[in-house]
Amino acid sequence: MKHIISLMLENEPGALSRVVGLFSARGYNIESLTVAPTEDLSLSRMTIQTHGSDDVIEQITKHLNRLIEVVKVVDLTEGAYTERELMLVKVRAVGKEREEMKRMADIFRGRIIDVTEKSYTLELTGDVSKNDAFLEAIDRSAILETVRTGACGIGRGERILRV
Amino acid sequence: MEKTLAEKTSAAPVSGQSKDLMGAEILVKALLAENVKYVWGYPGGAVLYIYDAIFKQDNFKHVLVRHEQAAVHAADGYARATGDVGVALVTSGPGVTNAITGIATAYMDSIPMVIITGQVPTHAIGLDAFQECDTVGITRPIVKHNFLVSDVRDLAMVMKKAFHIARSGRPGPVVVDIPKDVSFKKTPYEGYPADVQMRSYNPVRKGHGGQIRKALQLLMSAKRPYIYTGGGVLLGNASQELRTLVDMLGYPCTNTLMGLGAYPASSPKFLGMLGMHGTIEANNAMQHCDVLLAVGARFDDRVIGNPKHFAQNERKIIHIDIDPSSISKRVKVDVPIVGDVKDVLVEMIDMIKESAQKPDAKALAGWWETIEGWRSRDCLKYDRANQTVIKPQFVIETLHNMTKGTDTYITSDVGQHQMWAAQYYGFDEPRRWINSGGLGTMGVGIPYAMGIKLAKPDSEVFCVTGEGSVQMCIQELSTCLQYNTPIKILALNNRYLGMVRQWQEVEYESRYSHSYMDALPNFVKLAEAYGHVGMLIERPQDVEPALREARKLKDRTVFLDIRTDPLENVFPMVQAGKGITEMLLGSEDL
Repeated sequence: MKHIISLMLENEPGALSRVVGLFSARGYNIESLTVAPTEDLSLSRMTIQTHGSDDVIEQITKHLNRLIEVVKVVDLTEGAYTERELMLVKVRAVGKEREEMKRMADIFRGRIIDVTEKSYTLELTGDVSKNDAFLEAIDRSAILETVRTGACGIGRGERILRV
Repeated sequence: MEKTLAEKTSAAPVSGQSKDLMGAEILVKALLAENVKYVWGYPGGAVLYIYDAIFKQDNFKHVLVRHEQAAVHAADGYARATGDVGVALVTSGPGVTNAITGIATAYMDSIPMVIITGQVPTHAIGLDAFQECDTVGITRPIVKHNFLVSDVRDLAMVMKKAFHIARSGRPGPVVVDIPKDVSFKKTPYEGYPADVQMRSYNPVRKGHGGQIRKALQLLMSAKRPYIYTGGGVLLGNASQELRTLVDMLGYPCTNTLMGLGAYPASSPKFLGMLGMHGTIEANNAMQHCDVLLAVGARFDDRVIGNPKHFAQNERKIIHIDIDPSSISKRVKVDVPIVGDVKDVLVEMIDMIKESAQKPDAKALAGWWETIEGWRSRDCLKYDRANQTVIKPQFVIETLHNMTKGTDTYITSDVGQHQMWAAQYYGFDEPRRWINSGGLGTMGVGIPYAMGIKLAKPDSEVFCVTGEGSVQMCIQELSTCLQYNTPIKILALNNRYLGMVRQWQEVEYESRYSHSYMDALPNFVKLAEAYGHVGMLIERPQDVEPALREARKLKDRTVFLDIRTDPLENVFPMVQAGKGITEMLLGSEDL
């Protein structure tokens, strides 16, 4: 099952490699990982999208907590949360395709952020499955390049992760 | 730009009283403040300022080993025997890579250590400088934590944190990597930090009261209770509490390889070690109990065998451990209690004293009867009367009989001799049995022994080893002479890598692929070449007199080359992947 794990960790050199090293050493999956400093520059906030049985997820959160630089760990999927991913897609856009591509971008609430004679670059945000759906919906051969940030997530309402 | 730790925590303003000190001097002051008495190490280019600072002090003693691996092992052995943090010091590059085996050994057994490593100067890091390696990167998966000190102003606080992390919570080794320029640069020194606060690291001590109460309910209503304890009881200095609890309840108790000595082997309530080479009674009780209290143990593969087989019998499991990630890792636990084992056991004992509930005496009597049935099979019996060939078990039993009740430490290497020592030397006291359980590192025996002997000069220290293992750190015989750490080495020499040969016999149709050692050195002459005493023992009747003679040579290291039965195997044995009750009891089962 898919899980989104959020963690706060000390913004120190090497902290990221400890997290990544833990996943590879113990054979856990990382589907995506995003990290950046928070408003408090001494802290980084990381979102890891992973999958595994309940036992495995329990071990992942325990081992993350055990890392000295990790301050807090929360499995967002245990409660209500929202997730967003930013995706940039460069697509071929010539002739009739230009109109079609524009319409598809509108349907998915995407924006065109770069235009050339032959291509558009689209910006889409949404949960991971929405971005997947967009890639499914357009002509695959039109895709020139895709870059995705991976999910970042936050709890809903009163669910607040802070130190 | 990343701020340095000093900038972030610039709590103490620089007062007029402060003195400018070099990084190396601050390091030496930190070790003094942490009450370090011994440092095992090996100098090299990147640590020369540190060695210069060590030269100018006499607060702690530095031991020059012959190989960096042994420096870490010796400090590790010292930590296991005393409970203090062991300290090793090595140079950059090969100094670090040689130390890796030692660090991983300590990590697997949760031993509190601080390993100080030299690094090339900060401006050279990343440029493939001479003797450079990414120490923090290489050691990351085998340490509790590590630091690269990039600013001399951080050094005192990093040392404080390193010792704090190493000894608190579930202990473990911490590496502090110090670039050469950091040990050379000067900074105002305000004194060693009095305490340390880390928002990201606050290990729990006290167990959850509700969980402890729940555990007691289960324990008291048990029909077939069993207490299974591991290295955590020794690390947590909770042997006394364990003894009190077991004796109050009258329940059977077993220790893992790492936990031997926590409960006295001579007590009838002790069923022996459990696991791959555990006794029938210890393993059967594990499988057939209805309530299991696990304390500071981790249900590893050498202890419970195949987890599917283990799960075939229903039982309720209570697990006390300071590390939440050890709980429900290999088996599902019903009542987890996260906390310091000593604190939790004390609380449990207090609750039992107040409780009106008593163990079910009738059920318990029946359970003991079953256990005695298993015990009566005497699974550790062997050909004691053999007059022609020395049985390895006989050597250990003889050693035990001669040293019982005395101030003695036994270290071992890894292999058959280690299992025989664990099975036949009845450890009655904690921290007396020193071996590499988790990583299973051959070569630890001599360095462990010399580390202990230095700290405990009045105790007798025996290293039980084999002719294979002992050659993996034999160069330390030289260190033993220089620092006057007279140890007694019992090499059970069967000319085979015995445990490998045993597995080949059991699982590979006796194809002894590369497990025979030809061209062994003359160990007697080798010991003499190192300035020690060597003895060759070839007949069973010579074992005891030789040991007596060796013990008389209090000030000498003695190497006893004991020629044992080459084909003897360790029994009982549970093959890999089998259940713990599916035991081979002797060669007739092969």
